[in-house]
Amino acid sequence: MESLLGTGVSKGIAIGSVLVKKESSSDFQKKSITDVEHEWDRFQKAIEAGKKQLEVLVQQSRETIGEDEAQIFEAHILILEDEELANLVKTQIDNQKKNTEWAVHEAAEHFAVILEGLEDEYLKERAHDIRDVSARLIRILSGTDKHEIPIMDKPCIIVARDLLPGEMVHIDKAVVMGIITEAGAKTSHTAILAKAMGIPAIVGAEGILEKVKDHDTIVFDGELGNLFINPDSDILEQYNQKLELLKIQKKELESFRDRASITKDGADVELFGNMASVAELPGLVENGAQGIGLFRTEFLYTTQASAPSEEEQFEIYKLTAEKMQGKTVIIRTLDIGGDKEIPYLGLDKEENPFLGCRGIRLCFDKVDIWKVQLRALLRASIFGDIKIMLPMISVIEEVRKAKEIINEVKEELESSGIPFNENLEIGIMIETPAAAMIADSMASEVDFFSIGTNDLIQYTLACDRMNPKISYLYSQFNPSVLRLIKHIIDTGHEYGIKVGMCGEAAGDIRLIPLFVGMGLDEFSMNASGLLEAKKVVTQISRLEMSKVVPEVLKLKTAQEVETYLAGFSAI
Amino acid sequence: MIQAIVEITNNEGLHARPASDFSKTSMKYKSEIKVYKNNEEKAYNPKSILSVMSMGAVKGDVLRIEASGEDEAAAIEGLKTILENCNK
Repeated sequence: MESLLGTGVSKGIAIGSVLVKKESSSDFQKKSITDVEHEWDRFQKAIEAGKKQLEVLVQQSRETIGEDEAQIFEAHILILEDEELANLVKTQIDNQKKNTEWAVHEAAEHFAVILEGLEDEYLKERAHDIRDVSARLIRILSGTDKHEIPIMDKPCIIVARDLLPGEMVHIDKAVVMGIITEAGAKTSHTAILAKAMGIPAIVGAEGILEKVKDHDTIVFDGELGNLFINPDSDILEQYNQKLELLKIQKKELESFRDRASITKDGADVELFGNMASVAELPGLVENGAQGIGLFRTEFLYTTQASAPSEEEQFEIYKLTAEKMQGKTVIIRTLDIGGDKEIPYLGLDKEENPFLGCRGIRLCFDKVDIWKVQLRALLRASIFGDIKIMLPMISVIEEVRKAKEIINEVKEELESSGIPFNENLEIGIMIETPAAAMIADSMASEVDFFSIGTNDLIQYTLACDRMNPKISYLYSQFNPSVLRLIKHIIDTGHEYGIKVGMCGEAAGDIRLIPLFVGMGLDEFSMNASGLLEAKKVVTQISRLEMSKVVPEVLKLKTAQEVETYLAGFSAI
Repeated sequence: MIQAIVEITNNEGLHARPASDFSKTSMKYKSEIKVYKNNEEKAYNPKSILSVMSMGAVKGDVLRIEASGEDEAAAIEGLKTILENCNK
């Protein structure tokens, strides 16, 4: 038995038989040729074929994995059609009189080596993409492009030096128990794709290829990153038990996927998902999300070097609405502040960024950028049930001003004859005590509330949640916060609007029964919490819980609340 | 032939989206376009994403764009704008 430690990048336990993936780009022969025209013709045909393959991959990954992954392949198309790459291939064929496979390999290596020599980490990584494209061309040229990875007909753990994105999408989730690569880091394509596909994975397992061969047994923990090759019976037993336990828990929870989220006494409770990228959509749908309660759009802004264009955003919002098939999709407009470094926004450094120009305040300050987002949102609104949510509202004037700007954008669209949903609902985040206190005024101006508990706790207790010295203050069981939440729900209902909640408390199974008792209409959480939340909901009664609410609100400390609630979700 | 000189001032340099925008925009023009970095002799081809990336332009680098052809004025204007936008 041997053990190794790599970087765990996709959690889960994997036990299985090793399938070593061999390097696929090196299997071609260098040959001398005489007919240079013929070789050049082969190159151009290979480009055409490669482009077709990549277009399929763009489409497939957009549908099954996510937009970010689709963009990897779009970049590959750009490399494939690169004119300098073609020039170099032509020069190699003409001058060296060698076959196209060799010429492509040489030309790609020329650029890959230059990029690897640069300081910039991002550009260094791109060498990988060039080699992926080159490998694809060579496979096409030599007719070995049928199987990009070995045939996987029985459960296996794939071990490779590295996996290219083009190879990752061909992995069959049904038989691949896990993935281990020698190269790669937390941010590598392999890591991101494995996580999105839900396959346990370890990257950066140095020396693994020297230590294993096909049919060896490996067990590993994709969270901790430790792995055992041909484990002894104790280890195997231990991991089998872990795996069984996870399977049982998963199966039990999965039985809730298609069940309605209705309490024992018949009250409907909506369980929605939070998302930041379309890559999370398949996971949300798989876990039975009945809608999207919070689409955090700021990641579209923080992950790239310039503001996302209207078209780019439109495509993403449209795709989300379509994937949710008419179910509610609440999209929160840009919610960032001076604590984030976004070069193109030129945000001022502030003394107190959490009390500064953030959320809706920043949207007003950068109104041109905000309008681009609103246009994209409105245009996408005809493809499903999209709703707009405004972040960080504290006074009524902000709601009115935001609505005015939205109306301006609507008029612009109307005059250009661009369709949008005229009855698009507009709601607000309630995450400042100020907004909570005047919930009545707010409710008469908007279509729905969503309680953002993370900020509401932070602002109510005047406590930075990241500061360990004052961590005793930050608690979702805090009585002041719970009383505010009760007030927000009651007031919203008094004015006939729906009240939802996003933020961590919404997915906390210890608190769900209490909020159900308070009458909260919608809970929005990460995909991983949905099934457990549904289990809790189906096991409680709203009427019974509503009787518990006044008892809880009488309690004096967060600790007392936590202790009191401990029994309700464990029924 | 006309030219423009732009300094890269953003921390990220010319990479990711700006690089591909720069390249895609270049392809729209018929003119022959060349880019030189910091008075070096090597000419880069902006119509090639690989050439743009291999330039490895980082903050502080000065780029000279040369265009010659029927739409040279538009090309210089278009490419200058892309670079200036990524500096914002």
